[in-house]
Amino acid sequence: MPTSFFEWVVFFINKYGLFFIQGAGTTLFIASIGTIAGFAIGLAVAVVRTIPVEENDSLARKFFYKFVRFIFVAYIEIFRGTPMIVQAMVIYYGSAELWGLDMSPMIAALFIVSVNTGAYMAEISRGGIISIDRGQYEAAQSIGMTHSQTMLNIILPQAIRNILPSIGNEFVVNIKDTSVLNVISVTELFFMSKSAAGTYMRYFEVFFITCLIYFVLTFSVTRLLLLVEKKLEGPDSFVIHGSQTVPQAVIKGGRE
Amino acid sequence: MSNPVLTISHLKKTFGDNVVLKDIDFFANEKDVVSIIGASGSGKSTLLRCINQLEKPTSGDIFFHDKNIQEAGFSLSSYRAKVGMVFQSFNLFNNLSVLQNCVVGQIKVLGRNRKEAEQRALDILSKVGMDQYISAKPRQISGGQKQRVAIARALAMDPEVLLFDEPTSALDPEMVGEVLNVMTSLAKTGLTMLVVTHEMDFARDVSNRIIFMDAGVILEDSTPEEILNHPKNERTRMFLNRSIKNK
Ligand SMILES: Nc1ncnc2c1ncn2[C@@H]1O[C@H](COP(=O)(O)OP(=O)(O)O)[C@@H](O)[C@H]1O
Ligand SMILES: [Mg+2]
Repeated sequence: MPTSFFEWVVFFINKYGLFFIQGAGTTLFIASIGTIAGFAIGLAVAVVRTIPVEENDSLARKFFYKFVRFIFVAYIEIFRGTPMIVQAMVIYYGSAELWGLDMSPMIAALFIVSVNTGAYMAEISRGGIISIDRGQYEAAQSIGMTHSQTMLNIILPQAIRNILPSIGNEFVVNIKDTSVLNVISVTELFFMSKSAAGTYMRYFEVFFITCLIYFVLTFSVTRLLLLVEKKLEGPDSFVIHGSQTVPQAVIKGGRE
Repeated sequence: MSNPVLTISHLKKTFGDNVVLKDIDFFANEKDVVSIIGASGSGKSTLLRCINQLEKPTSGDIFFHDKNIQEAGFSLSSYRAKVGMVFQSFNLFNNLSVLQNCVVGQIKVLGRNRKEAEQRALDILSKVGMDQYISAKPRQISGGQKQRVAIARALAMDPEVLLFDEPTSALDPEMVGEVLNVMTSLAKTGLTMLVVTHEMDFARDVSNRIIFMDAGVILEDSTPEEILNHPKNERTRMFLNRSIKNK
């Protein structure tokens, strides 16, 4: 049997290395799917919530929008106002109890993280949309673009770029917060660590390793997202074209 | 005289209790270049925004040729392509290059194919002297250049009327000329233009009519010669004295 801290750490890495990697993989998988699906949900909610209601719209239409908005606000408030660990319990056991749904823990986990992230993303996306200068919207309208053309071609591309750091932040939060899913026996990193530690009753050594793995995951994701952001910024320079679009010079840097 | 391109009849606009346009009546004929002058807050921008339907009038009618633009079934989209707008703050699409700024509307609104739209955009950008900058993003060009691109963006839709809302007011003085030059040559092509401006030289030399607005009404509507040299209204006189002194 190992005797010192480091011997234990080495012991666990040797014996449970694959275990840790599987757990980390599951964590990353749930966090990625949850963030992407959550972003899609949040963006859709935000787009619908920002549809303008005109004074001369029909009463039925106005009522319908009011109703839809109410539903969305309720969704956002409920999922942001309760802990994900509780949401996991309610949804996993509730779906079995109420509808006899036999969800696997993994499906339940993907559902919970997506819907939970969606609630945050809905607010982030809405913030991104309404922070775009009104002039952008008006200019698109003034050349005849419809609301949806304006959103798709002008507003959303700018809004999404602006909220990219927040999306990355949600991703990092999800990597950490999927650990609560061990309550419904999802075999993510925390769950795997707990079983390994329990077998030998060595919690400190195991969770020291777990801690390092979580950090490596979040740190690499953060760096990766910074790179993506840089890429999306586009080049600082542009090409000066001759009269018949023959490249003549490259201007470095921009104004402002 | 031909039929007016734009006719505005009893136009009224209120924001809450604030009556911004009281009872506006006027028309613009084909090839008219109308300068709209008046103190800040007199409702000039609101008038242009009502014409482009960025604001919905509280009451009154706007006719494009003989069609009431506020009638159900009227295609606002194709109307707006025909009646373009140039803003004080340019409002170029920040996510698109200079070329794409002038292309996106042609494709989405007019249904042109990309090749055709890019050729048209290129032609117009070269007219405003911006064809060298087609791959630049708005943040990479100067204010005067932005405004010339904004004018090109509106022109790419083949409009019959262009509305200009203080197109040179946000520009550094040394850039005002390049934009006014473009507008002057546009006026010569016979495009119908309504221009809210503080540039009295432009109003005198380029436009064939001047409208003086005061507190939500049109106080005078006449030739530049009449308004600038023989203003009928005391308030017009006061406004002109002030704007000449400020020069
Ligand atoms: N969206 C708005 N909401 C409330 N008041 C407005 C709005 N837009 C303009 N106004 C008011 O209408 C008046 C006229 O504004 P505007 O048309 O911009 O004048 P001008 O362009 O002649 O300076 C001002 O008193 C302004 O405060
Ligand atoms: Mg104004």
